[in-house]
Amino acid sequence: MGSHRILAFAFVLPVLLIGGATAVAQGPAFGIGRAPTPEEIKALDIAIGPTGEELPPGKGTAKEGAQLYRTKGCAGCHGAEGIGGAAPILKSKDPKNPDLWARGRILPLRAPFATTVWDYINRGMPLNREGTLTADEVYSLTAYLLFINDVIPEDQALDQQSLPKVKMPIGDNYAPLPDWKPRTKRLAGYPY
Amino acid sequence: MGSKPLNRRALLKNGAALAGGLTLGAAAPASGGQQTADHHAPPSWPMIKGDKDMIAYGDRSKYVTSVRIAHPVGGRPSPDQFGLTFHIATPLQDSVGVITPSSLHYVATTRGAFMPDIDPKQHRFMIHGLVDRPLTFTMDDLKRLPSVTRLHFIECAGNRSSRAAKNVQQTHGMVSCAEWTGVLLSTLLKECGVKSSAKWFVAEGAEEVKGASSMPIAKAMDDCILAYGMNGEAVRPQNGFPLRLMVPGFEGIFHTKYLRRIKIVDRYYMNYNDFGHLDQDAKVAALEYQIGPKSVITFPSGEQQLPGKGFYEISGLAWSGGGTIKLVEVSTDGGKKWNKAEFKGTPQRMAFTRFGYQWNWDGSETEILSRCTDEVGQVQPTRAQIAKYWNKPYDQTFSVPGLDNSVQPWHIASDGKVTNGFA
Repeated sequence: MGSHRILAFAFVLPVLLIGGATAVAQGPAFGIGRAPTPEEIKALDIAIGPTGEELPPGKGTAKEGAQLYRTKGCAGCHGAEGIGGAAPILKSKDPKNPDLWARGRILPLRAPFATTVWDYINRGMPLNREGTLTADEVYSLTAYLLFINDVIPEDQALDQQSLPKVKMPIGDNYAPLPDWKPRTKRLAGYPY
Repeated sequence: MGSKPLNRRALLKNGAALAGGLTLGAAAPASGGQQTADHHAPPSWPMIKGDKDMIAYGDRSKYVTSVRIAHPVGGRPSPDQFGLTFHIATPLQDSVGVITPSSLHYVATTRGAFMPDIDPKQHRFMIHGLVDRPLTFTMDDLKRLPSVTRLHFIECAGNRSSRAAKNVQQTHGMVSCAEWTGVLLSTLLKECGVKSSAKWFVAEGAEEVKGASSMPIAKAMDDCILAYGMNGEAVRPQNGFPLRLMVPGFEGIFHTKYLRRIKIVDRYYMNYNDFGHLDQDAKVAALEYQIGPKSVITFPSGEQQLPGKGFYEISGLAWSGGGTIKLVEVSTDGGKKWNKAEFKGTPQRMAFTRFGYQWNWDGSETEILSRCTDEVGQVQPTRAQIAKYWNKPYDQTFSVPGLDNSVQPWHIASDGKVTNGFA
């Protein structure tokens, strides 16, 4: 074991010195772990990024979503139309406020990408029955929540192609993400 | 156990002092000077019989009653009526040293949650995305790889003192420090071969909500750990068994529990947790990732009772997401004069540092405070200093932007009663 480790480090070290943090073309140092099959990757690959490339096939409309919102129990926690339940509200109580940030922290309104809404419903809803919704149902519920926030018209069907193209009202009206670097202050010029 | 009377008396005395530190209720009578113990007949303690369970996995003394509480006071209960856990705070007022026992480590969930009861033999961890070789690991695989063991704190973004909070568990209990053992994420990323287009990584848990966060790839290569060990044993279910991601110095939500997958990506993935980090103000956004320099006095602290004037070693904890704690200062006169505190042990990066300061209390009303400085030169501020930086009046409506790392004042009345200086 000991001599194996020394060999392994002897291999890794030059790469570290030359390669830097990223862009390292190198072979595995330890040869531990196995390659997952494409099916195994697909089954776990549920984080939907802004391009929507991980979205599964399927489609749905706000009308279908409105029905599912009741039959799947969403209304029980989130209120009849996204307001009035114990869970986070899904529709602004101040929808006409010109300052979008003042309308409240509402996922289907403030999220910069509609993919975030799809991702969360698919990932974490309904409470205690996570993972039971079909792709069509998630598209429908996403369409419904975007419709009640005046983001899309009631008759717009959402699918793999159209969902990532939905223009969210916040656009790019949010602060850039911090450019984090190791061993630096949290915020340049901030003494604390 | 010593059987000589002298030893027993010493034990009794120490026991009383210890109880004073551990249970507030017992402090006042025990240290009042009038011991009721019979000097002629040293107490004969009942014996604890060893039973099978205790031999297998030890218990603490029944006299040590320190426990976690739901956080915040008056907030959502944990457990709730369905057995869901939300936020639980650690009893910092009873802490000694720098390690939080696993049983007392703070717990937070992104929403009320059950704990997944994961069979480690079935658990898999996968790295994929912008890598040359996607890889899946069993827990046994991970334990074959070179490991690191490091002390690291974790702090919840919601760990902020309030006027309603009465003791240090309520003001600061959403932070803990443990010894974590596991594999550096950089070790695994080298094994997979990260492509040059990689900018962020998404870490995801296996719990019911599959909590996921985007983090900079620079952090992954720097010091993230896939931890399977905590304080000398397996990570506890409440802390992410069998595998949790440690992101030293970042706010708690990033330390993904029940870790099942890391995807290397070229952009911020804007998952639900990521959406929660968005802000209108770039400065505020920058203050919501890395924990600032922070310290708090744990003794004497809120709701404790000093028995009288005289000597006390003020004790507390300091930590920073910026790295190692370089300096802790204590003031015993409400912030007019600051005195260098002593480190107990060697400060480590993104870990609790225990400090002490020897103090002779003259019995007059005062306020005690601590502040720290970290290795990158960040200094823990008072709330008044923070308000000044943001050009806001410092009044009761003021809320610290970003994560709150402000100085905690403890007020000491002339009768020895300690209360929250913000109240």
